[in-house]
Amino acid sequence: MTTYVLRRLIMLPIVLIGVTLLIFALLQLLSPFSRLAMFVTDPNQLKQGPEQLQEMVEALGLDDPVWMQYGRWLNQVLHGDLGWSESGRQPVVTAILSRLPGTLELALFAVIPVIFGGIWLGKITAVHQNKPLDHVGRVVAIVGWSFPTFVLGLLALFVFYGILDWFPPGRLSIAAARIVNSDAFTSYTKLLTIDALLNGNWFVLGDALRHLIMPVITLAYLSWALIMRVMRSSMLESMRQDYVTTARAKGQTERIVINKHARRNALLPVTTIAGTMFAGLMSGVVITETVFNRPGLGRFAASAATQLDIPSVLGFALFNGILFVVMNLIVDLLYAYFDPRVRLE
Amino acid sequence: MLKILKKLLTRPLSVAGFLLLFAFIVIAVIAPWIAPPQFEHEPYRIPRDGYWAEPKPPSAKHILGTAEGQYDIFYGVVWGTRTAFRVGIIVTLSGCLIGMVIGSIAAYYGGLIDELLMRIVDIFYTLPFLVAAMVLTVVLGRSLENSMIALICFTWMGYARVLRSEILRIKELDYAQAARAVGANNFRILLRHIIPNAMYPIFVMVSMNIGSMVIAVSTLSFLGLGAEIGYADWGQMISLARNWMLGSAGNATAYWFTVVCPGIPIVLFVLSWNLVGDALRDVLDPRMRGTR
Repeated sequence: MTTYVLRRLIMLPIVLIGVTLLIFALLQLLSPFSRLAMFVTDPNQLKQGPEQLQEMVEALGLDDPVWMQYGRWLNQVLHGDLGWSESGRQPVVTAILSRLPGTLELALFAVIPVIFGGIWLGKITAVHQNKPLDHVGRVVAIVGWSFPTFVLGLLALFVFYGILDWFPPGRLSIAAARIVNSDAFTSYTKLLTIDALLNGNWFVLGDALRHLIMPVITLAYLSWALIMRVMRSSMLESMRQDYVTTARAKGQTERIVINKHARRNALLPVTTIAGTMFAGLMSGVVITETVFNRPGLGRFAASAATQLDIPSVLGFALFNGILFVVMNLIVDLLYAYFDPRVRLE
Repeated sequence: MLKILKKLLTRPLSVAGFLLLFAFIVIAVIAPWIAPPQFEHEPYRIPRDGYWAEPKPPSAKHILGTAEGQYDIFYGVVWGTRTAFRVGIIVTLSGCLIGMVIGSIAAYYGGLIDELLMRIVDIFYTLPFLVAAMVLTVVLGRSLENSMIALICFTWMGYARVLRSEILRIKELDYAQAARAVGANNFRILLRHIIPNAMYPIFVMVSMNIGSMVIAVSTLSFLGLGAEIGYADWGQMISLARNWMLGSAGNATAYWFTVVCPGIPIVLFVLSWNLVGDALRDVLDPRMRGTR
């Protein structure tokens, strides 16, 4: 196990360098002048005449050979400097970090029920293979897969806010926001639901949850369909294995055979789609937060993109790339921990 | 071939998929007759009836109503079908072609080249698809063409991986070995014996991906990065609906048609490709039966 972990940890910086290379390659598609914004710390610097800008390009070495530029840029990134965000009116790193809690809260509420619900549904549909329940699951997954996130989000907003007025957009109502911003309310984690619990404020908790329900469903349904189908096929696969037959032959009840022998082994392949799910989630966050007008990373990225604010968009991409690589590493290590065959390969 | 067709036609879901797809093809073909263009050389420009912002409900003149800015929704939906086919097919096939070339090079040469190409694939996978496409569109400049280029740049990896592993698998099979034994050269074995047999999973991927690419392009248009305002594109039309979702005072459902009318064709279009892809997978590749 130790050698496996070490080998994976050595790979980490190599993959991360790959990510920065990709982002840097995207950056190189721009002219030196457009790239200036990545390197300034004060927005007023960009409002100068063409000669001064040319001087800045030369001073920053933006027309130097590519590898020199890459080295300098990487050094800057390693020091936590991703340039100035015009759309956020603050440095990109600050902009990203300050918007992270809102997105994190949304993602956590979306992912946790999805994982357990999806696994459970996958198991159930596999046990009822080719029966009505299985067919319903299949149709729901295919139809769900055909719904663009923004269409579903807009329809949800239309029905549950426009018509029924149950679940408003945004992150908090004005009354709740006033409480959260007052001195009496301490923000420990910046995750509204958890902070409300810690403060014992049920009104804020209820309000935050009310604003979370529709975005969470919109964000979650794709991952939910994915997990359900993967779990189903992996469950079917493991139910055909010899050890399941053995368990049945020993006279175990069907419940124990399914839950203890088949399900446990079926769970392993499901972990491998974590990466796909994460990517879907980050793409989904951009749309969900835009549709429901929730302040967060996704809406920040979307508005930066429409304003052609390149440092912010690239910063968001880099952040995504790093998160993805680290998350995949964790999943792989967990996988190896649960499945000894992997680390012995 | 006949057996495959027979199998496809005995499953209700796949028949529904083919029928839907056929209906969309018909709409795309007869578009100039059911929605005659106002601008002869720019059929994708939706005609407008004035410049008033507020959408107008369906009437005899505009059977599906007008969107923000008085763009005729019916016209946009009809010509949007052509946009959807064009975008879905061009993006998917270009991505597929690039992926196949890279996948075959990796499998053919092996060794260091294989390792290098596959690591490049890994790196391209580190960015979430839509985020990556969004970034590249912003860098290239906002337009439908650029958003298509951006999607192509981040959609080839799946094909490369699948084709590479298929080639490596088939290479070891008896008939490929037999071809080698009778003296066929590597290139001929690859082109004549291996790639044709490795194509089945690619077909399935293509049919599944056309729908996803249409979603991706319409999402970029929705975010304001793809088609320009007034272009016959479903995603762009839905973005026009955003400000009107909540209706007018006292009438929450006043503008339902602005999102429902362009929304239904997107869902049905993608659904038709997904049903067709699902059916093709079951028929062409029994190993993967029921995986989704």
